[in-house]
Amino acid sequence: MPLLHIRNLHLAMRSFEGEAHVLNGVELQVDKGEVWGLAGETGCGKSVTGLSVSRLVATPPARYMQGQILFDGQDVLAMDEAAMRPLRGRAISMIFQDPSTNLNPVLRVGDQIADVAYEIGRHAPEVLGLTAQAGSAERKRAARQLGVQMLERVGIADAARRANDYPHQFSGGMRQRVLIAMALVGQPRLLIADEPTTALDVTLQAQILQLLADLVKRSDTAVLMITHNLGVVAQICSHVAVMYAGHVVESGRTREVLHAPRHPYTRALLAALPRPGLARGQLANLPGRVPDLIHPPPGCRFAPRCARATSLCEKETPASVAVSDKHRVACVHLDAEAHP
Amino acid sequence: MNALLHPEAGASVASGAAHARREAWRRALYRMRQSSLSMLGLALVVLLLVLAATGHWIAPFPDHITGSIDTAMRFKPPSWKNWMGTNELGQDVLSLVLGGARISLFAGLAVVLLAAAVGTVVGALAGYLGGWTDEVLMRLADLKLTLPGLILAMAVAAALGAGTVNMVIAISLGWWPGFARLVRGEVLGKREEVYVLAARALGAGPVRIMWRHILPNIVSPVIVKMSLDVGFAVLTVASLGFVGIGVKPPTPEWGQMLSTARGFLPDYWWAAIFPGGAIFLAVLSFNLLGDGLRDVLDPRSRR
Repeated sequence: MPLLHIRNLHLAMRSFEGEAHVLNGVELQVDKGEVWGLAGETGCGKSVTGLSVSRLVATPPARYMQGQILFDGQDVLAMDEAAMRPLRGRAISMIFQDPSTNLNPVLRVGDQIADVAYEIGRHAPEVLGLTAQAGSAERKRAARQLGVQMLERVGIADAARRANDYPHQFSGGMRQRVLIAMALVGQPRLLIADEPTTALDVTLQAQILQLLADLVKRSDTAVLMITHNLGVVAQICSHVAVMYAGHVVESGRTREVLHAPRHPYTRALLAALPRPGLARGQLANLPGRVPDLIHPPPGCRFAPRCARATSLCEKETPASVAVSDKHRVACVHLDAEAHP
Repeated sequence: MNALLHPEAGASVASGAAHARREAWRRALYRMRQSSLSMLGLALVVLLLVLAATGHWIAPFPDHITGSIDTAMRFKPPSWKNWMGTNELGQDVLSLVLGGARISLFAGLAVVLLAAAVGTVVGALAGYLGGWTDEVLMRLADLKLTLPGLILAMAVAAALGAGTVNMVIAISLGWWPGFARLVRGEVLGKREEVYVLAARALGAGPVRIMWRHILPNIVSPVIVKMSLDVGFAVLTVASLGFVGIGVKPPTPEWGQMLSTARGFLPDYWWAAIFPGGAIFLAVLSFNLLGDGLRDVLDPRSRR
């Protein structure tokens, strides 16, 4: 049984103009220890997919129309808030994009991480090294200590003293380290990282990614890394899923997908990556824009921007087809392409 | 495990927190000192509170506060013996003003504390829960705002009967909607902050989110409003005293003193001027303090 299995997930979002079909049959399967990159343009549904796994999408305005999100075989969409809470931070943990808005500005960093540890310790005292009989004072002390330990582990120098500082006294990179420490304090089985390095300098990005990769490898945590940066995917992800307009168009092992992309959109994405060797003005871009999700085009949603599109594309939504062991592609032109 | 390795870690963590807290207070005081008017407000408020607390002991004629009269001394102008003169019952006005400070200031503070407590609870619930709870609570607040505060307070105070506690309740009843609206608006804003979502994603429940993540982030505007409101609450207490509802004589109260003395103007001006001046000073100093606190606590208005 996979750790996380998203099956045919459809989600609509109510808005003034009408109901937008944000997720349109997302399929994703994450196993223990795998690091998945979820890549795609802004607005393709990456973040909503990530938030859905933790059940943090507000309903309404969102509405789940179809599909399941199976975590450990249990459908989280069928769970209520009370059932979900013990899972958050403990089984499924999250890191968000901008470290400057992710920490509460008026709470000391040490208190914030201790809060998370304390809350987790209520359902899982073993995380704090305590038994179920431990009182709340004891748990508070253990949570505080575990927090400082986690800060040390993510590379905060002089952690015991720095725990008394407020978030504004930390630099951007340090804050992201704090967030990683907070997300990993409960030894989660699945970590959802929503663009964890986008707000950081390029030099820091590599550091943070390396730290994250090391920590999850040691604990066998599965990761769902949401990003629009294929460079990040190539660096640390074992697998990648490329999303377009609420649909996973191609997924598989990072090596296979990035070296031998089969879907026209994946190819276009890769062609649009700037490289230092590229001559001025040579950067490829993808003409057109993300389709209107309120009135999506019929058939394949990528067809209006696709160079290979034929009348067939507008007739039916392409099914996801396995082209090799784990490599799946949703495009009707696969056969023609395989035998050119 | 870590505790065994570093047994002193816990102690140093605690003392570090205390140090950081001292640092924050010193910084706030420094910023406050930048504005001489708010320091004046702070000094006056402290002075008034000290006078209110000690008034019964430092008054030259403490027995006048408790109601004894001296008909031989009626309407004496201010002199070395009676700094603020005497009133129509021969009572020393200075002693009465000092005695009245306790009622006026503490009733004003109590009104604001009570209103802020009720308003914060109502506003926080409305803002956080939204939906029907929000509608019901806020329409209730709107209903309160349609009634003139003083009229409502008069009606309730008259219905409950005389007495300081009843008066405080009567005024607070019309005062909480202002706080409820302020808190609701702030909560609505903070509820959407990313750190609230992040806290939820890591397992925080509604109580923790409210107490640790939302309320601490909105105390500044609430404190500013409280300090500004104390002045108006003192004024309202005096107004109720002026129209004869509220504190029972012989307990001295500024508004009621003013009301009685009004009939003897302009010949015996001192009996009215001094309690009136006390009301003026109290309102002014709390407003100055409130403005100063706003400068300290609200980063947007910092100059």
